[in-house]
Amino acid sequence: MATLTLVQAVNDALKTAMRDDPSVVVLGEDVGPKGGVFLATEGLTKAFGKGRCFDTPLSEDGIIGTGIGMALNGLKPVCEIQFQDFIFPAFDQIVSEAAKFRYRSGGQYTCPMVIRTPYGGGIRGGLYHSQSGEAYFCHTPGLKVVIPSTPHDAKGLLLASIDDPDPVIFLEPKALYRQVKGEVPEGKYTVPLSTLRTVREGKGVTVFCYGAMVPVCMKAAEQAAEKGIECLVIDLRTLLPLDEEGVLEAAKQTGRVVVVHEAPRFCGFGGEISALIAENAIEYMEAPIARVTGFDTPFPNTLEHHYMPDARRVLDAIEHVHGY
Amino acid sequence: MTSQQLLSVIEPDGSTNGHESGLSKDELLHCYRTMLRVRAFDDTCMKLQRSGRIGFSIPNKGVEACQVGAASALQKTDWIFPSYRDFGMALYHGITPLDMMHNMFGNANDSARGRQMPVHFSFVKPIRFVSISSPIGTHLPQAVGAAYAMKLRGEKHAALVSFGDGGTSSLGFHSGLNFAAVWKAPVVFLCQNNGWAISCPSSEQTASESYAIKAKAYGMPGVRVDGNDVLAMRKAMLDALDHARAGHGPTLIEAVTYRMGGHSTSDDPTRYVPKHEVEEWTKKDPVARFERFLATRKLWTKELGEKLYAEAMEEIGAAAKLAEATAPPPLETIFSDVYATVPQHIRKQGEASFELARRKGDASAGDGKFPL
Ligand SMILES: Cc1ncc(C[n+]2csc(CCOP(=O)(O)OP(=O)(O)O)c2C)c(N)n1
Ligand SMILES: [Mg+2]
Repeated sequence: MATLTLVQAVNDALKTAMRDDPSVVVLGEDVGPKGGVFLATEGLTKAFGKGRCFDTPLSEDGIIGTGIGMALNGLKPVCEIQFQDFIFPAFDQIVSEAAKFRYRSGGQYTCPMVIRTPYGGGIRGGLYHSQSGEAYFCHTPGLKVVIPSTPHDAKGLLLASIDDPDPVIFLEPKALYRQVKGEVPEGKYTVPLSTLRTVREGKGVTVFCYGAMVPVCMKAAEQAAEKGIECLVIDLRTLLPLDEEGVLEAAKQTGRVVVVHEAPRFCGFGGEISALIAENAIEYMEAPIARVTGFDTPFPNTLEHHYMPDARRVLDAIEHVHGY
Repeated sequence: MTSQQLLSVIEPDGSTNGHESGLSKDELLHCYRTMLRVRAFDDTCMKLQRSGRIGFSIPNKGVEACQVGAASALQKTDWIFPSYRDFGMALYHGITPLDMMHNMFGNANDSARGRQMPVHFSFVKPIRFVSISSPIGTHLPQAVGAAYAMKLRGEKHAALVSFGDGGTSSLGFHSGLNFAAVWKAPVVFLCQNNGWAISCPSSEQTASESYAIKAKAYGMPGVRVDGNDVLAMRKAMLDALDHARAGHGPTLIEAVTYRMGGHSTSDDPTRYVPKHEVEEWTKKDPVARFERFLATRKLWTKELGEKLYAEAMEEIGAAAKLAEATAPPPLETIFSDVYATVPQHIRKQGEASFELARRKGDASAGDGKFPL
C-alpha cells in the first residue's frame, strides 16, 4: 500500500477510474497540462490523452452544462470546479437540471456525473476561496453530497461516486489536501456512500463532523480525554443521503451531542442533524445539542482562525454538553 | 480596419505614427512614473510573498501600459470596475501605495478591513475603484447598471470595466455586453487579452478570430489595440469615452498584451508557458517601449528611469513597512458590515467569540466592541 496525501488519493482515484472505464472523462479549468491548481488532475492528460482530460473555457455553467450532456449520452464526466466558491454560475445547471433529469423524465434520462470541488477555509483565501456550501446542495433533492476526510476515504468515496447512477457533489477539504497522509490500497476499491465512519470510540459525548473538521474534532477529543471525557467521534462522510440510522445510534450511545461544521450555522447541516435527533431520539438526550460552526457572516481573511471552529471551541462545547 | 488589425501609436523604435496624445510633458511623465510604480509595487509584493510576509499577490508585469493608458483617459467622476490585475489604474488616479499595502497585509487600516484576500482592493476616493470580487465576470453587468444610472440621471460620466480574456467566457460577459448595447449605456468594456487564463491559452478560450470581433454580434464597436502601447490604449479609451458620453453607448476594447509573470504567486508558469513566448514578449516590454518614445521627446534618460524606479521602490518599501507594523483588524470586523445593523443572532455569536478570546487570553486591541 502506498502512503498518499488526500490530493494524491484523489488523483489516484481518477487514474484508477479512467484506466478501468473508457467512458470516464475529466473536464474543468486548468485540469489539463497544468494538472489543476491543486494538482488533483496531474498527469491525467499525459497518461490518457486530451480526449479524456481536458481544459475548458472559463465558464462553470459551461463545464456543468456540457457535463450533463455527456452524462445523458453515455459518458461519465468528472467535472472539476476550481474552487467551490466559483460553482454558483453553474447553480442553475446543478439544481434545475442535473438534480431533476431523472425525476422529470420518469427515469428515461439520467445524469451519472461527479462534480469535484475543493471547499472550506484554512488557506487564507478570504471570502471567495474558503466557503463551505454543502447546505445549498443538501437542500436539493436528486443530488448526493459527499465529503471525505482521509486519503483512504477520498479514493474509495470518489470511486463509489463515479460508479453511482446519480449526480454527486464531491466536496474536497482543501485544507487537508496535503495536511493528511495515509495508506491507500492500490487499484479499485469503493467506500459505500451513505455510511458514516466511527473515528474514535467513547461513551461521554458524541461529536458529529465531516471534512476538515474531523482532525479538529479529534484534537478536541484528545484534549477532552485528558480531562476524563471520552468522545465518540463520527465522520459523516456522506451528507446526502444521510446514514440516519447510524446518526441516531451514535447519538443514543452517549445522549450528549456536539455537531461541528465550518459552514455558517443558520440553516447549516448541523440543524438537520439536531432536528433528526430531536425528532427521533429526544428521550435519550441528557443535554441540549450543541453546534460549533462558522459564524453567520461571510468568510473573513486575516481573522479566519477566529471564524473557523478550532479545537478549543469544540472542547468548550464538549465540556458544556458533558457537564450539563 | 479589420478585426485583426491593431491600433498602435508608438512604433517599436519609439517614433509615433502621427497621432498626438495631447498630453503635456508632466502628464506623459505621470504615465511613465505610474508604470514604474506598478512595477515597483509588483516587485515588492513578489518579495514580500516569497519571504512569507504576505500570503498572495498577482503579478502585473507586462500589462502596465494597458492599465495606465486606459486610466489616463478617465475623469475622477468616472467609475472603475477593475479586475484583480489592475494596480496601475488605482495608482494613476492617486490611490496611495500605503492604502494598497494595508490591503496586501489585511490589517486594521485596510479599507476592506482585512476581510478580502490581497489585491482585492476597494476605494471610493479619489476615484471610484469598485470593490473587487474573485468570481470572474460578475462585475460586467454591474458596471452596466452603474453606467445606466449615470445616463438616467443625465450625467456625462462613464464606467470602465476591466476583465481578462478568460472573463469573456463568463455569463457576466454576455449579459453585460447585451444589456449595455440594448440600453446604450455609457460603459467601456476593456478586455485585457494577456494571452493566458491561468494555464488556458487565449487560443483555447475562444474560436473567434479576435476578442474585439465579439462586439459586432452585440451591436457595439469593437477595437483591437496594442496593449503594450500606452498611448494607443489612451487613444482607444478616449474615443470610447467620447462615444459613451455622446450617448452612443458602449465599446468593447481588446487590449492585446502579455502576462510576463505567473498567474499569481501560487502559480508556476514554467509548467505550461512555452519559454520562447516569454522571450518574444520581453522584447515588447511596454515600459521600455514608452521609454523609447519619451527619449525621442528628450524626456527620458537611463539615469532618470533608474532614479524614478529607485524612488518608487523606496516609497513602496516604506509603505510595506508601515502596513506590516499595523495591527490586525479587531475581532468585531468579522461580525460588522454583514448588514447595516448587526442582527441578534450575529451579535450573540460575536459576543460569544469575544468572551472566548478574553477567556483564552488572546483578545487584541479593540476586540469586543460593536460599532453601534
Ligand atoms: C467564476 C470563476 N471561476 C474560476 C475562477 C478561478 N480563476 C481565477 S483567475 C482565473 C483566470 C482568469 O483569466 P483571465 O480572465 O484571462 O484574467 P487574467 O488572470 O489573465 O488577468 C481563473 C480561472 C474565478 N476566479 N472565478
Ligand atoms: Mg488572461
